[in-house]
Amino acid sequence: MAVAARKASAKSKADAKSSSAPVAPKPAEFSKEQELSAYRGMLLIRRFEEKAGQLYGMGFIGGFCHLYIGQEAVVTGLKMAMIDGDQMITAYRDHGHMLAMELSPRGVMAELTGRRGGLSKGKGGSMHMFSKEKHFYGGHGIVGAQVSLGTGLAFANRYRGNNNVSVTYFGDGAANQGQVYESFNMASLWKLPVIYVIENNRYAMGTSVVRSSAETDFSHRGLSFRIPGIQVNGMDVRAVKSAGEMATEWCRAGNGPIILEMQTYRYRGHSMSDPAKYRSKEEVQKIRAEQDPIEQVKARLIDKKWASEDELKAIDKEVRDIVADAAEFAQTDPEPDVSELWTDIVL
Amino acid sequence: MPIEILMPALSPTMEEGNVSKWLKQEGDKVVAGDVIAEIETDKATMEVEAVDEGTLAKILIAAGTEGVKVNTPIAVLTADGEDVGQAGEAPSAPKAKAADSDTPKQAEDDAGGKAREPSQEPSADKDAAKIPAAPKAEIAADPDIPAGTEMVSTTVREALRDAMAEEMRRDPDVFIMGEEVAEYQGAYKITQGLLQEFGERRVVDTPITEHGFAGVGVGAAMAGLKPIVEFMTFNFAMQAMDQIINSAAKTLYMSGGQMGAPIVFRGPNGAAARVAAQHSQDYAAWYSHVPGLKVVMPYTAADAKGLLKAAIRDPNPVIFLENEILYGQSFDVPKLDDFVLPIGKARIHREGRDVTLVSWGIGMTYAVKAEAELRGMDIDVEIIDLRTIRPMDLDTVIASVKKTNRLVVVEEGFPQSSVGDFIANQVSQRAFDHLDAPVITIAGKDVPMPYAANLEKLALPNVGEVVAAVKAVTYRS
Repeated sequence: MAVAARKASAKSKADAKSSSAPVAPKPAEFSKEQELSAYRGMLLIRRFEEKAGQLYGMGFIGGFCHLYIGQEAVVTGLKMAMIDGDQMITAYRDHGHMLAMELSPRGVMAELTGRRGGLSKGKGGSMHMFSKEKHFYGGHGIVGAQVSLGTGLAFANRYRGNNNVSVTYFGDGAANQGQVYESFNMASLWKLPVIYVIENNRYAMGTSVVRSSAETDFSHRGLSFRIPGIQVNGMDVRAVKSAGEMATEWCRAGNGPIILEMQTYRYRGHSMSDPAKYRSKEEVQKIRAEQDPIEQVKARLIDKKWASEDELKAIDKEVRDIVADAAEFAQTDPEPDVSELWTDIVL
Repeated sequence: MPIEILMPALSPTMEEGNVSKWLKQEGDKVVAGDVIAEIETDKATMEVEAVDEGTLAKILIAAGTEGVKVNTPIAVLTADGEDVGQAGEAPSAPKAKAADSDTPKQAEDDAGGKAREPSQEPSADKDAAKIPAAPKAEIAADPDIPAGTEMVSTTVREALRDAMAEEMRRDPDVFIMGEEVAEYQGAYKITQGLLQEFGERRVVDTPITEHGFAGVGVGAAMAGLKPIVEFMTFNFAMQAMDQIINSAAKTLYMSGGQMGAPIVFRGPNGAAARVAAQHSQDYAAWYSHVPGLKVVMPYTAADAKGLLKAAIRDPNPVIFLENEILYGQSFDVPKLDDFVLPIGKARIHREGRDVTLVSWGIGMTYAVKAEAELRGMDIDVEIIDLRTIRPMDLDTVIASVKKTNRLVVVEEGFPQSSVGDFIANQVSQRAFDHLDAPVITIAGKDVPMPYAANLEKLALPNVGEVVAAVKAVTYRS
């Protein structure tokens, strides 16, 4: 009943506002507070990931470790467009998503080092962390699997008739998995409130989009399921937030799913053991120099005299302290008790 | 404080590497992100970036040095105006290895398996005792059925439908999704009437898209709903295997107990009749392999009802394996308001003293018929219906073997790595001294299911094989 009622009222709203497909909104101007918040949020991810890379190098982190450096504006801007109860789910390049969802840096870092204070008690590792409390649904290691799962989160929202949206992230690589399109079909058919955020960082591991994808405009990937999509400058946190607000409104109005192709870039390799032979250093350096999401905000803050170099340094120090504390905890916290081997298998 | 830059580990398996090149020299200023050196690993040549900013005060390991152990200081970074101090002491440089004496290490790709460090392998003499033993779960016995309870002859099909309808009435978070479950009333009519009673919100027809809707179901379960996902047959669940195993079964463990998937995957499993290889496979052994799943395979209508209700209430992912041939068979079901059976408890179908015959699901049809024949030969067979494959009630099996000293197992699945193999193995480890004969496991033949009627019959187990096996273990042949 609740669903039907909500859909009916949402429909009239949607008709007025979005009888045609949504178009990419202009990046909103940020207030001083928003700029500072975005700066701090992105810096926390950057410094955290640099530290994770360092700890990996020292042997404290094992296995695979996929860093988010370069893509910080995507999760930071989208989080600014989410309301309480909106869910987030992603694949294995997930540390930035968790920090954006306000999961504890200590908990994330200690999970990376496989310690008992880790978010999954050390049993999940870099690719598998969750927080029901913060509505973060993982952290998934199988490329594309999170897309069906995120669609299921949206199914639960519609089933319950709540106003929440599932923000489901995947990469340009996962965009070629079959279950993505199975999910698109059901999401559109059942008008599920899900934002498919395609983080197009140009490379699926080492394969560039032009070498893997027949249609490289990922915003078009939903067209045969009647899912609209837009391309967004994923290096500009303002553009991301504006697109996120448009998309969450679209979903909350009962229009069903929408695709946001976030055009972004990862500076580091696919994982720690990737020598990145598939692209030139110049390509990385150019994007770093010209489009860095953090430098963009920093330049605006200074330009508008909203913050001095010293004030920004103070933020940097605060962030470094948080990261140092997390790293210290992650190195000194004990490994899980051996009895944990047998817990949490079934309830 | 000067900061030591350490030789980094740049792959999951790297223990040492070569400093091939310094891109920054002593005295150069560096900022975080600057590439300062190139390191050659067992897999590739990698760039090393500075994490902190400062001046590269001293290079401790010269370019061209090979075999530098991970975590060896290779350079010192100082802040402006800082002394190198103690950190500048060069460690004893590792000996450069002659290139031609190098044994090439086997390259491993990112997705490949990784060698464990030898120190992590528990050695038999030292560490075996430290591996904690698996905890033993106590499983409740079947609830008592009060004397005088009316028994109603019910088909397995009706029992399954009743179980779902009762649970959907009881809990608004329970819903069913799958192909043809709503308007068609179920491809095998298991969901008959559910759409009419519960509406399309809770009885959801899906497109033909097993991988996708299994994932949607698991996602909804992670969000706290209790989906029943019907596969038209478990043969089609092969498409959804990744979501069942990697997402549903493992998430509770990987999340440290924070988040699981209370979901039931159900549908007909195993051979029906004359539908050939792709539609005639028994998946009991496949699913029984996976920690994090429960696997139920009922035979009678009462068990189907009581166990499906339990499966829907269970907070874990439950694989509920039905059988098309059993759907139409009738059994007595107690007429009780809320008949729920414990998952993980075998049922002694018939008590006997000469030989233990274990089966489950449709395998029970062979066991029951064989027992009737054997009774005529004065062989008193104890039949155990396992009902749940995982967790397995081995205690009941072993208690019976200790009494009869003989064991035969019957199933329709393939013989290699079968459920019966596991039972035989456990019994030989836990009750070897009680066995008076080798355990015989009877399974389907090791062939894809043929279409021709005569060949199909040969591919499945038959009552004669069970009778012969029981006679063999009782030395009557």
